[in-house]
Amino acid sequence: MTFGKSLAVAALTMMTAAGAQAQEAANPAVIFDLGGKFDRSFNQASYDGAERFTKETGIAYESFELQNDAQREQALRRFAERGHNPVITNGFSYGSAMETVSQEFPDTDFVVIDTVVEQPNVRSVVFNEHEGSYLVGVLAAMASKTGKVGFVGGMDIPLIQKFACGYVQGVKATNPDAEVFQAMTGTTGAAWNDPVRGGELAKSQIDRGADVVYHAAGGTGIGVLQAAADAGVYGIGVDSNQNYLHPGHVLTSMLKRVDVATYQAMMDVHNGAFTAGVQVLGLKEDGVGWALDENNKDLITPEMQKAADEARAKIISGEILVHDYSTDGACPVS
Amino acid sequence: MTAPLPRWADLVLIPALNLLLAFLVAGLVVVFIGEDPVEAVRLLLVGSLGSSYGIGFTLYYATTFVFTGLSVAIAYHAGLFNIGSEGQAALGGIGVTLVCLAVPWPYWWLALPFAILGAGAFGAAWAFLPGYLQAKRGSHVVITTIMFNFIASALVVYLLVNVLKAPGMAPETRNFPEGTFLPFMHEILAVFGIRMSRTPMNFTALLALAAAFLTWVLIWRTRLGYEMRAFGHSEPAAVYAGIDPVRITIVAMLISGAMAGMMALNVVMGFQHRLVLDYVGGAGFVGIAVSLMGRSHPFGVVLAAILFGILYQGGAELAFDMPSISRDMIVVIQALVILFTGALENLVRAPVERAFLRRRRKAA
Repeated sequence: MTFGKSLAVAALTMMTAAGAQAQEAANPAVIFDLGGKFDRSFNQASYDGAERFTKETGIAYESFELQNDAQREQALRRFAERGHNPVITNGFSYGSAMETVSQEFPDTDFVVIDTVVEQPNVRSVVFNEHEGSYLVGVLAAMASKTGKVGFVGGMDIPLIQKFACGYVQGVKATNPDAEVFQAMTGTTGAAWNDPVRGGELAKSQIDRGADVVYHAAGGTGIGVLQAAADAGVYGIGVDSNQNYLHPGHVLTSMLKRVDVATYQAMMDVHNGAFTAGVQVLGLKEDGVGWALDENNKDLITPEMQKAADEARAKIISGEILVHDYSTDGACPVS
Repeated sequence: MTAPLPRWADLVLIPALNLLLAFLVAGLVVVFIGEDPVEAVRLLLVGSLGSSYGIGFTLYYATTFVFTGLSVAIAYHAGLFNIGSEGQAALGGIGVTLVCLAVPWPYWWLALPFAILGAGAFGAAWAFLPGYLQAKRGSHVVITTIMFNFIASALVVYLLVNVLKAPGMAPETRNFPEGTFLPFMHEILAVFGIRMSRTPMNFTALLALAAAFLTWVLIWRTRLGYEMRAFGHSEPAAVYAGIDPVRITIVAMLISGAMAGMMALNVVMGFQHRLVLDYVGGAGFVGIAVSLMGRSHPFGVVLAAILFGILYQGGAELAFDMPSISRDMIVVIQALVILFTGALENLVRAPVERAFLRRRRKAA
């Protein structure tokens, strides 16, 4: 009886699962922003998530790397017309293109990462980068012997200020006397892919006494981490886990789990469980965090780990409120 | 001395041969990465010219390149190499944006003349200082315009982040009022009963043709154009003939800058309806290639601009359909075209000239 019943249930489950798959056969497409899918940072995280989905399900996905702004709507529409589902876009510049195209294809599931579009068929995924940056700020302040740390951003835009502001708050909360040097790389799109200039900026901060340098600058950050490793001090990676780039010289990486967001969206459509609406991924949701692996385990002392874990718990519980730069365009500390 | 080549060979045959060579080499590259080059060319051409959709995108890009190409060409006639179209176009975008946001325009045709003035004035203003420094101080215009490109992008980022930014994450202005939207080409054609897919191609395409014609009038049918060409050929001779070098240099740069600024009409006012970060996206630099390829003749500039439109749109379609051809490959193909039509021009010219001379001798 019990056996027969469970068999029936299992059969039923399989049938419904098969039915759901037949209706909602996932046929995902990903559009990478101007940085390109191999930027070792933001876009690549999304790429990793898509690859993981393909590996686990055997379902291939299509992708496109933007070359210019006019292609945003074009690429979205193209993938939607071809019946791709879900269509995932990366980058805050996608707002208005998504707004337009999502209304033309009400049956397609769209995902927009890093900005919010309020449409019934769009899932908007945004991250609390300031929370993750706060934690690496805590770690940076504790690892620094000089009491001076650095930050190299890509461009002076709100998103990057959000990283910088969270970082400074973490540093100052740990060591109120600490000095934070901040620099932005440039003002054109090249700022996201200029490792030479990133290295120069990091070097100048190191010359002024900084012994930990955090970057939020896409491909430019490769140069920042290189300069830190060359000078024998610490760099901090961003978005993807970049600890492996210079083992022993990358203190940690501020993880922004774009890979999870991409993977999860594809999985949800695959399982017929896609939901629209805004997803805010912070520390609580493990959407941001800091990387600890065999490459940096000797750099993180037990006290540092304890402090970071405590700060994490306090942010989640609401005891520490990390100010979000993008809410009012200002940072309480500098 | 008679010219060794008839005009048609100079204007059509040599660019066509150069183009063919460029595509042959690009085809080799496609073979090396293991794709079928014939199929790649087919995808490129069908994607850019095979449907009203493809044509619309091709001509949208071409419209932008006509403006920046004319900008470079005009300065070139006066012997000035304006590399600053990129920055002048960025400033033109600010001009258009200010005009469109300042007044709640009821009709686009009312807003358009002011937007043209705004785009032109801001673009020209950005070209004024390099022109002045070249004329008065001898600071080379190539150096100063490149520097001004960086100042322009810094200025635009500052304005978009601190002054003109709309609420939200992205550094961009709020949307323009509906009354400033230039009609899209598919809307214009629908009036005449012609169906066309939705594309960003808009009314500005017609303005670009008018601009090309006016440039031809300016260069070859006006006194100012004559002075510019004389100055471009030989400065001492022009000065001897009573042409003021300061005036010509500055005026040529102003017109050139205004032309670059007007590309903003196509992109900002015609399509995006708001100013976004880095909206020029290298079109100013493409303008240099377009002008080189078009021999700085407005007609040639229009043809070259269409070619680059094909490369942009067809390249995107190629990247969609052949995933192994990444966007970097597309850049390689575009670079080969520029290399062969611009830098390696004499590679083809010398043999073609010899062939024509032989034929002429035989005929004689």
